[in-house]
Amino acid sequence: MKYGMELAVAALIIVFAAVFLVQDAAIRASGEEAWGGADGEAAELIESTGYEPWFEPIWEPPSGEIESLLFALQAAIGAMVIGYTFGYWQGSRKTA
Amino acid sequence: MHIMEGFLPSPWWEIWILVSLPFIVIGLYQLNKLVREKRETLPLLAVAGAFVFVLSSLKLPSFTGSCSHPTGTGLGGILFGPCIAAVLGLIVLVFQAVFLAHGGLTTLGANVFSMGIAGPAVAYLVYKAGTRAGANTYATVFCAAALADLVTYVVTSIQLALAFPGTTGFFGAFTAFAAIFAVTQVPLAVVEGAVIMLVFKYIVQLKPEILTRLNLLSEATVQKLREAAA
Repeated sequence: MKYGMELAVAALIIVFAAVFLVQDAAIRASGEEAWGGADGEAAELIESTGYEPWFEPIWEPPSGEIESLLFALQAAIGAMVIGYTFGYWQGSRKTA
Repeated sequence: MHIMEGFLPSPWWEIWILVSLPFIVIGLYQLNKLVREKRETLPLLAVAGAFVFVLSSLKLPSFTGSCSHPTGTGLGGILFGPCIAAVLGLIVLVFQAVFLAHGGLTTLGANVFSMGIAGPAVAYLVYKAGTRAGANTYATVFCAAALADLVTYVVTSIQLALAFPGTTGFFGAFTAFAAIFAVTQVPLAVVEGAVIMLVFKYIVQLKPEILTRLNLLSEATVQKLREAAA
């Protein structure tokens, strides 16, 4: 099978998404809040012991929109480099 | 796995910076050598770095009802070893600490250790052991990358448990942090392993000579893998 691995990975990602959808429906039905970040949960656990962070971030994205802009930018930079390199390799293989 | 800014008290943040520093220094030295002696591997280095950029920006939902992100450093660990992967991890973590208030400058040492050093070191060792044992290359890459991801979060839990043993002691605290980080990470680690396995397949198809140049695969193995895919 030429695309066996691609199909297996695609199937895995579909299962991953399906698990999310099923569980999200269950959580919504119970009326709870979920899907926060694990990093923040750990910070809350630490703060619940009375610990106060001794240093603040020097700059914080002023809103959720700006934060997702920067995250998207980070992913875009990476994806561009990966696409360029694999495309370059593919092209030089064809013309070689 | 990001320990947030200011969330490691003294002396822990200094200790982790000191622990990570030698890896970064050796990594810079190795990078320098790589650029001088094996220039043709540079595009692969860029791909490994770019992979960390993409994967660590994706916060994915897990079955525990919270979100976490893959690390992508397993690929760099397999290809270039943990010291160079530490430099790649450092670049991404500085970006996130400065522009996203994600992680922090004071916790940089600890975060570089978990994501850039411990994870990639496991990936590197698993890959070496698997290749030596003659295991299937793609299965080895999958295990190496998935374990690198998982180990990163286990190490973060250890780091936090050391700094915040609380009233339950180290093991009690570790269980609490691991419940947040490591358990959430299991499905994400599987997906990350699968995606890196796929990328590895494309490298084998398009640029296998770099892999043999880096002594990662023998020419016979490359031949076999390419024939199997044709």
